Amino acid sequence: MAEFSPTILAFCCNWCSYAGADLAGVSRLQMPPNIHIIRVMCSASVKPEYVLKAISGGVDGVLVLGCHIGDCHYMTGNHRTAKRMPLVQKVLKEVGIDEKRLRLDWVSASEGEKFQKVVTDFVDEVKQLGPNPMRGVKW
Amino acid sequence: MARVGVFVCHCGLNIASTVDIEKVVAYARGLPDVVVAEHNLYSCSEEGLSSIRKSIEKNKLDRVVVAACTPRTHEPLFRKTCELAGVNKYLFEFVNIREHCAWIHIKEPLSATDKAEKLIAMGVAKARLLEPQKETESSVIPTAVVIGGGLTGLTAAASLAAQGIDTHLIEREEKLGGVLGDVEVISPEFSKSGDLIGQLVKELKGSRHAKVHLGAKVVAVSGFIGNFEVTVEGKGKQEKIPAGAIILATGAQEFMPKGEYGFKEMPEVVTQLELERRLASGNVPRRAVFIQCVGSRQPGREYCSRICCNASLKNALRIVRTRPDSRVSIIHRDIMSYGTASERLYREASDRGVVFLRYGLERIPKVVRKKDGVVVEVYDETIDEMVDLDTDLVVLATPMVSREDARDLGKLLKVPLDKYGFFLEAHVKLRPVEFATDGVFIAGSARWPSSVTECMGQGLAAAAKASIPIRRGKVVVEAITASADPDRCAACGNCVIACPYEAIEIVEEHGKRYAKVNETKCKGCGTCVAACPNDAMQQRGFTSQQLSSMIDALIKSTEEET
Ligand SMILES: Cc1cc2nc3c(=O)[nH]c(=O)nc-3n(C[C@H](O)[C@H](O)[C@H](O)COP(=O)(O)OP(=O)(O)OC[C@H]3O[C@@H](n4cnc5c(N)ncnc54)[C@H](O)[C@@H]3O)c2cc1C
Ligand code: FES
Repeated sequence: MAEFSPTILAFCCNWCSYAGADLAGVSRLQMPPNIHIIRVMCSASVKPEYVLKAISGGVDGVLVLGCHIGDCHYMTGNHRTAKRMPLVQKVLKEVGIDEKRLRLDWVSASEGEKFQKVVTDFVDEVKQLGPNPMRGVKW
Repeated sequence: MARVGVFVCHCGLNIASTVDIEKVVAYARGLPDVVVAEHNLYSCSEEGLSSIRKSIEKNKLDRVVVAACTPRTHEPLFRKTCELAGVNKYLFEFVNIREHCAWIHIKEPLSATDKAEKLIAMGVAKARLLEPQKETESSVIPTAVVIGGGLTGLTAAASLAAQGIDTHLIEREEKLGGVLGDVEVISPEFSKSGDLIGQLVKELKGSRHAKVHLGAKVVAVSGFIGNFEVTVEGKGKQEKIPAGAIILATGAQEFMPKGEYGFKEMPEVVTQLELERRLASGNVPRRAVFIQCVGSRQPGREYCSRICCNASLKNALRIVRTRPDSRVSIIHRDIMSYGTASERLYREASDRGVVFLRYGLERIPKVVRKKDGVVVEVYDETIDEMVDLDTDLVVLATPMVSREDARDLGKLLKVPLDKYGFFLEAHVKLRPVEFATDGVFIAGSARWPSSVTECMGQGLAAAAKASIPIRRGKVVVEAITASADPDRCAACGNCVIACPYEAIEIVEEHGKRYAKVNETKCKGCGTCVAACPNDAMQQRGFTSQQLSSMIDALIKSTEEET
């Protein structure tokens, strides 16, 4: 059987983490091709519903990346992300989904290498978790 | 129904060598509402843009998707093309298949191609739901801040002040001039740095538009293009400077060898900057050996620092020109005397008897103490023999490295640095003195080791760029603000609390209470959107419908695969 190759969705804020991902690209830092980025202006605009929608639709993992605390382009936006995402993890756990399928991390515009590391680690972790049990579930 | 056009860019071989473009284009043709999918060798070239434009017109497209590089550098260009073709620029969607795909999966062409398809499916899904928008304008504070008072910062500040723009120059040392404070003579013309710096300082001091802050540090930066606030601390007091644009010109510093070639152990071994100081005070050695590329062009610091060969040629000439009895050698890995004037210096040095020896990394020279001075033992590749050079002084030409605190400053300004700690411009060719963050500019050795002429050119370029929004007095604000649907809004006030800008209030209109967003205060972060329990609050260009459709597209394309 071919090795499980997870599908991962990432939300990156325009100012730091998306720029960090760009820098990783410019620096040709290699990483697994499982990640698909949606650009948002700030990590604080990521609705919990998006995460739940992705997971219930079979996406194997969701990564939310923002600026480091204190660096959010919108001052305190990511403080909200930092509070909100753990709540979403709780909800996932509550319904029997491993909360590790959602990860929140901070990547600055100059951290191409950190972006590479976060993506690589997360892909590894989701591989360990195996396919999302919600895959293929018809609603 | 939308009429979507998808344009996939080869970016020469940048994307095409990893992603199978033809396959991706064929896939895109099968996506909902896509009426045409094409590919271009370079979408951003004159030719690429005009072919996109023609295709928009010919196929009556009302949604445009370009799959290429990053929106952070190229979005304005493609948006403009849409406008020229009569399509509102907010009906454009960018898909990044270079930085986020081709470049990071070089060895996995198949997976990279699959991924590019999924990313395009997501982009098309969002594009179908895009809506035309109208932009608003915001005012620009007619003041510029220049950080760093070396040659580059001085040049930029003097140029801005001469244009009548109020300019604050922030220098953390007690004097202006930066590196040139220790470099008396400038190659290739052998002009005096004192004259150059003196003239610029005079211009600034004499201008009523310039204010120089010495011994001052930038501790905080907030805001956006047109409306920044730079907090400067120095001499025990803090000042908040409102500014429309910021230029970063903090330069670079000389790399200090860590004991290589007997540095620090032997007083005869010095760095180039130390030699500059000695020559400036009239202390000219009779015998000197320059060792090039000390600490550069080797694993860990692969780059060529660009100015060291010219500095060594200059200083070798200063020695041989003043002392006919002198003996000077330059041990190098390649002489990089770029530019015709510098090439002439190389010729003159050869003619005047300066000896050039080439070494390789596998056999680096050794500095050895002998009874009567020091000897540089070097293996000369050309004659395949060891050569001993007796000398009074060994000059280590070390590279310019980034300032130790560059990363901290990068964080304050939210701008990126490369792996060596130099600041990274938005695009090396298209936007060389701008950061991807609007309103922040970069020039001089802070960006990359640069010569005096280059620093001045970049300083002027950055000043010219920074003056554009200030002169216009207005910047167009991206139409990405939020607004609530009064019919869905329950006036719970969650968004009012969430908004970092106090831009939302609960109002009562026609007997209905709802959250109203103040357009000029809203910065488009979308925080309120995620706080809204009723899905009433939406951010233009990032609506929950649009983003959900992207998620659906990812799910669907994954299902199709398995
Ligand atoms: C030994 C040597 C010899 C050279 N000889 C030549 C030559 O012959 N010909 C030639 O063309 N070029 C030469 N160069 C190169 C040239 O001198 C430099 O590239 C140029 O002077 C750099 O100018 P700059 O303003 O960009 O940076 P700098 O001169 O480094 O100035 C930056 C300024 O910013 C200040 N600063 C830094 N961080 C902050 C902060 N956080 N806040 C506030 N202020 C800050 C610094 O104190 C400094 O004053 C030489 C360089 C060296 C090292
Ligand atoms: S802008 Fe990056 S987290 Fe807010």
